[in-house]
Amino acid sequence: MPVNYYIFLAIALFSIGIVGVLTRRNAIIIFMCIELMLNAVNLMLVAFSKMHHAKALAADAATTVGTDGQLFVFFIMVVAAAEVSVGLAIIVMMYRNIHSVDVNFLNRLKH
Amino acid sequence: MGVTQILFWFLSVMAVFSALMVITSKNPVYSVLWLIATFFAISGHYILFNAQFLAIVNIIVYAGAIMVLFLFVIMLMNLNRETEPQKNRWLKMAGAAAGGCLLLVLVAALKDTDMKQQQALINKGNIGLIKILGKELFTTYVVPFEISSVLFLSAMIGAVVIGKKE
Repeated sequence: MPVNYYIFLAIALFSIGIVGVLTRRNAIIIFMCIELMLNAVNLMLVAFSKMHHAKALAADAATTVGTDGQLFVFFIMVVAAAEVSVGLAIIVMMYRNIHSVDVNFLNRLKH
Repeated sequence: MGVTQILFWFLSVMAVFSALMVITSKNPVYSVLWLIATFFAISGHYILFNAQFLAIVNIIVYAGAIMVLFLFVIMLMNLNRETEPQKNRWLKMAGAAAGGCLLLVLVAALKDTDMKQQQALINKGNIGLIKILGKELFTTYVVPFEISSVLFLSAMIGAVVIGKKE
């Protein structure tokens, strides 16, 4: 499969995530769109890892080129899991204080 | 058009459609469910790449753990269609236009890239198997792996401290 199909798929998913962040006011949905963008990047990294592997495989049958890309994806997932736990705790605290998840109420730094 | 191509297009359409439904659903619970569908489509792509470890981890960590956490929080706050805050129409259109411009710029920049003829290996290649990834993870990347355990610990403590009542 040509790698540019995967590039365009990842761009589409990433842009959908951006549109979601820009058009929604619910903090949880904005957070979910960030997860969507992280997943688009993960897909891209795996596609590039397989692309480099295909190139190296032609020269050497026992090569492990491209493992790094997949391990990067693994570490992105680790960081995303840590990020979600802290982020959701912040959103819960915000809901407890202002009884809403609307990001427009979070304007105290502006005044 | 072989089975691989059909699967590729099916999974791609499923991923993009579910992602669109995530941002257009009025009810936050439906958004979570559509996002889970997106993650399953992306896991399907990983399986097509023969990256089986990442496919399973994606399902367990994202669809299993993270999205259940989201669902818990949404149900805890009792969010639904009526309480959903809405931006006004012009701001929505401006956001969609901005995202569309980003899509246009990225596609235009990458459409004539040199990598166009490169093939991403499908169904073949065993670098995605857990044996090879595990060997690499515990030799070359053992220090970042241990540091990420500290990151998890600090994230756990942070979540508890932030979520605690005064």
